[in-house]
Amino acid sequence: MTSILLAIVIGAAFGAVLDRIGATNPNWIGGMLTLRRLHLMKTILLAIGTGSILMFGGQMLGLVDVGHMSVKAAYVGVFIGGLMLGAGWAASGYCPGTGVCAAASGRKDALFFIAGGLFGAAAYMATYPAWKASGLLDDLAGGKVTLGSVPGASYDGLMAMSGDLLGIVLGAVFVLVAFVLPDSLVGERQPVEVPAE
Amino acid sequence: MVLNWKLGGLLLGLVFFAAVLLVKPIGVSTQFVILNGVVADLVSPDFITKTDDAYTSTNAYMAKSNGSYAKNAANPLNYSFVFVLAMALGAFLSARLRGGIDAAERAAPEIWRANFGDTPVMRYAVAFLGGFIVLYGARLAGGCTSGHMMSGMMQTALSGYIFAAGAFAAAIPTAMLMYKRG
Repeated sequence: MTSILLAIVIGAAFGAVLDRIGATNPNWIGGMLTLRRLHLMKTILLAIGTGSILMFGGQMLGLVDVGHMSVKAAYVGVFIGGLMLGAGWAASGYCPGTGVCAAASGRKDALFFIAGGLFGAAAYMATYPAWKASGLLDDLAGGKVTLGSVPGASYDGLMAMSGDLLGIVLGAVFVLVAFVLPDSLVGERQPVEVPAE
Repeated sequence: MVLNWKLGGLLLGLVFFAAVLLVKPIGVSTQFVILNGVVADLVSPDFITKTDDAYTSTNAYMAKSNGSYAKNAANPLNYSFVFVLAMALGAFLSARLRGGIDAAERAAPEIWRANFGDTPVMRYAVAFLGGFIVLYGARLAGGCTSGHMMSGMMQTALSGYIFAAGAFAAAIPTAMLMYKRG
């Protein structure tokens, strides 16, 4: 039952934060992906960096269980799937998590996104054997690997260097990029007009 | 009003950290498969079956990894599924507390109206198709923006970097072509 309680607390916090940073708002996603308003990109980079530094720092201090890591496999389909997700994300302004949150916050178009998503997931379930047979799901570079070798982790490192130290360094790089990234990378064609909600 | 990126980024990072500290990294897109499995098993009760010590399904994807998806669909009151329901609740309450979203914005976002006018039906069609490709792609990749990009890169997973490269390589040109205004 503890795990259900944790799911409720962490899940609700995640949904609330996604709502408050603008990730559930297609205007902010569109601003980020057209490179016109990078505010949300800075938010996400800072979040990844913060999470990384805390997690690997906690592991080094023995406060965070390395066994809680869950690393996904690398294969060619990860890149192809990424391309597909990217195209749909840009067109709709939603990804799986933010689409669900947007629908919950009252956006009707997000309900259509979720319906499309359920059909898309069903289509993948039906076509999975063909992908499996194609070899595009076969492990690449060791499959479930981290960039460095994390002490005590059940995953191999791509490089022999200390994975937790590398995680902290990369985390710091994410934070640094968040700070130096300008608010916009292309000239504003229109004044920033994100509607008040 | 959207939070300042320094505060917003810190809070989002703390949520991702709390998840991996207390349970496991955050992920969402698998639950679309689980919900499909729940529905399919209601319509056709043979879809998921219990074996001696595990679950399996007539669908090869649900049955893979020793039926772990089939097991979760047979028991939807599990951490990952409840997490997504709670996430929706959190977003609902947060949106309510900041006064909700106005009627025009609820039908189609401002960036859509700036480029395509008042065309809610077309917006719904694009949202539906977008959802279709997003979830097909996420399942092919084995994760989405949460699981691969955020949780993956945070853990220095190679797959997270490959995924992010693919996602932005397609997303940026698509957004630039579709949304020239707003």
